[in-house]
Amino acid sequence: MHFSSLIIVVLSFLLITTSGLQAKEPYKIGAILSITGAASFLGEPEKNTLIMLKDQINKAGGINGTPVEVVIEDSKSDETQAVLAAKKLIEKDKVIAIIGPSTTGESMAVIPIVTAAQLPLISCAAGAGITQPVSERYWIFKSPQYDTSAVEAIYTYLKKNGMTKVGIITISTGFGDSGRKALIEMTGKYGITIVADERYGPKDSDMTTQLTKIKNAGAQAVINWSVGPGQVIVTKNWHSLKMGIPLLQSHGWGSKKNIELAGKAAEGVIAPLSRLVVWDKLSEKHPQKSLLKRYSSDYEARFKSEPGTFGGHAYDAFMMITEAIKKVGPDKQKVRDYIENNIKNWPGTGGIFNMSPSDHCGLDKDAFEMVVVKNGDWEILK
Amino acid sequence: MSVFLQFLFSGLTIGAVYAMVGLGFNIIYNATSIINLAQGEFVVIGGLLMWLFSESMKLPFLISALLAILFTGLIGLLMERLTIRPVKKKDLLLMIMITIAVSIVLRGLLMFKFGKDPYTYNPFTEGDPINIYGAYIQQQTLWVIGITSLCIILMYLFFNKTMLGKAMKACAVDPTAARITGINVERMVMISFVMSAMMGAVAGIAVTPITLMEYDRGPMLAVKGFCAAIMGGLGRGRGSVIGGFIIGILESLTAGYIHSGAKDAVALIIMLIILFFRPAGIFGSKTIIDLRRF
Repeated sequence: MHFSSLIIVVLSFLLITTSGLQAKEPYKIGAILSITGAASFLGEPEKNTLIMLKDQINKAGGINGTPVEVVIEDSKSDETQAVLAAKKLIEKDKVIAIIGPSTTGESMAVIPIVTAAQLPLISCAAGAGITQPVSERYWIFKSPQYDTSAVEAIYTYLKKNGMTKVGIITISTGFGDSGRKALIEMTGKYGITIVADERYGPKDSDMTTQLTKIKNAGAQAVINWSVGPGQVIVTKNWHSLKMGIPLLQSHGWGSKKNIELAGKAAEGVIAPLSRLVVWDKLSEKHPQKSLLKRYSSDYEARFKSEPGTFGGHAYDAFMMITEAIKKVGPDKQKVRDYIENNIKNWPGTGGIFNMSPSDHCGLDKDAFEMVVVKNGDWEILK
Repeated sequence: MSVFLQFLFSGLTIGAVYAMVGLGFNIIYNATSIINLAQGEFVVIGGLLMWLFSESMKLPFLISALLAILFTGLIGLLMERLTIRPVKKKDLLLMIMITIAVSIVLRGLLMFKFGKDPYTYNPFTEGDPINIYGAYIQQQTLWVIGITSLCIILMYLFFNKTMLGKAMKACAVDPTAARITGINVERMVMISFVMSAMMGAVAGIAVTPITLMEYDRGPMLAVKGFCAAIMGGLGRGRGSVIGGFIIGILESLTAGYIHSGAKDAVALIIMLIILFFRPAGIFGSKTIIDLRRF
C-alpha cells in the first residue's frame, strides 16, 4: 500500500469516529412517497418539500438542538411497495412518525401495520376512508382536505347561483372514482340533481362525446373531476363546443400549468382551490398568507417549479410532527396526542386545521376558495 | 342528427390519432417482421421535441418540425445500431422483447429531460372549430387526417414503386433469399427503423395539439396504434388507417349511446370479433401471414 493511501485511510477513520462523537443522534421521521410510477406527480413535490424543510430546520439548529433526519422511501405508486417501506421504516429505521403515503390506496394498505406498531402517521392522500371511522384510526391522520369538502364548496357555489342540475364527467382512476362518489353522495344535502354521469380514461384524447351528452341532458353546469392532461382536454373540448354552461373543475385544477396548456379555453373555468395556489391574492391579514408566501417562494427558488397543493400536504404533515416533537419530545404516544388535541386554529397550507378526537383531518369546505380563471390568471370569487 | 355527427367527429379525432400511430408499426414490420413496441415512444419524442424547438427555443414552425423529425430518426438509427444489430441470435420474439426494453429506457430518459408534466403548443392553424350541421370538429383533426392520407400515399409509392421499398419488403419475407439476390439486409433494417421513427415523429407533431403530450403517453399510444394496425391487417398502410378510425368511432359511439365507462371494453371486444373472422385483419391476406415468420 502506498503511504499516501495509508494516510487517507487513517484520516477518514479519524473523521468518521470523531464526527460520530460530536453529532447528536437525530430525530428520525419516515416518509413513504410515490416518487416514481403513476402517482409520481404527487410524490415529486412532496419529496422536494420534505428535503427543503429538513434543511431549513437543521440550518436553524434542529429541534431543540437535535437535528432532524427524514428517511424517504419510494413506494413506486404501488401498495405492496408501500407496505414494505412502512415495515422498513418501523423496524429498521425506528422512526418516530411517518409522513405519507401519497395515494389513498397505499395509505389504506399501510394503516394496519402502522396501527399495530403504534406510531403516528399523517397521510398525504385525500380519501375519507383514511381517517374514518375515527375509532379504528387511533394513530392515523391526514393533511389534505376531504374530497367531500371540495364538492361541498362547489355545490354551495352552484346553489348560490341558482343552478341545481349538473352533469358530471370523471376520470376512471382512484381520484376520479372517489370524486364521483363524493359528488353523488352530497347531492341530497344540497338539493342538486345529477342529470348525466360520464367517465373517461386517463390517456383519452377527446371528450367531446361525453360533453355533448351532458349538454343534451339539460345540465346547467359541467363538473369535471380529474388530474393530469384530462382536465385540460375537457377544458379545450368544452370551449370548442361552445356549450354555454359553466365548467367547474375539482381542486386538482390548481396549477398555472393548466391555464398555460388550455390557453384561452381556460377563461371562465371555476374551481375550489386551496389557498396555496392563490396566496398572492389573499389579504395581508389572512392567517395563512405569510406561511404560504414563504413556502411558495422558497420552493420556487430552490426547485424552479410550483410546489402545488400536493407539496403543501407534505409541508403540513412535517410541520405538525416537528411542532409536536418540539413541544413533547420524541415520544410516539405523546406526539400522537399532541397532534390530536393541540392542532387547533392552526394555519397550514391546506387550510386552518382543527384536529379533534372525532376528526383526524381537521379541515372543512372553508379550506377552499372558489377561484375563476380570468385573463390567464386566478381570481377569487367573493 | 347533430348529436350523431358530433359523436362521429369525436370518433374521427380519436381515430386519427390511432391511425397515425398504427402507420408507424407497418414500416418496421414490412422490413423485418418485428413489432416495434417502442413505436409509442417515437411519437412522444416527436411531440416533445417539437415543443422544445418551437416553444422553448422559439424556432419557426417548419424548421422545428424538420428538426424534430430528423432527431427522432436519429434516435431510431441509434436504437437499431445499439440494440437490434448486435443481437447474435436473430430470434423475432427476442427482438420484440428488446423493443420493450428500449421503450422503458426511452421513457426514463424522457422523464429525466422533460419531467412528468404534459406539454402542448398551438394547433397548426388558429381559429374556431368548424361547425358542420350543428356539430363541431377541431381544425387540427382535419390536419391529422390530411397528413395521415399523405403518409399512406407516400408509403404506398415507396413500398410498391421504388427499388428500395421493394427490397425492404423482400427482407421481411425471407432475409436469406433477399441476401442471395444482393440486397444488403442490414442496411434495409436500419433504414426501416429510421423511417418508422420519423413516421412516429410526424404523428407526434400532428397529434400533440389535440392530446397534449407527456413522457408516459407512449405505451397507451402503442397499444391503440397496434390494435389499429392488426385490425386493418399488419403491413397494410390503409388497413391501419381504417382500423384506427373504426376503433376511434366505435369508442365514441359506445360512449355516446351506451356509456362512456364501457367504451374501451366494447371497442376491444368488437376488434376481437373481427379478428376472429378475419385473423389477418380487414385488409390482410392469410396467405401472406402464413408465409411470414411471425
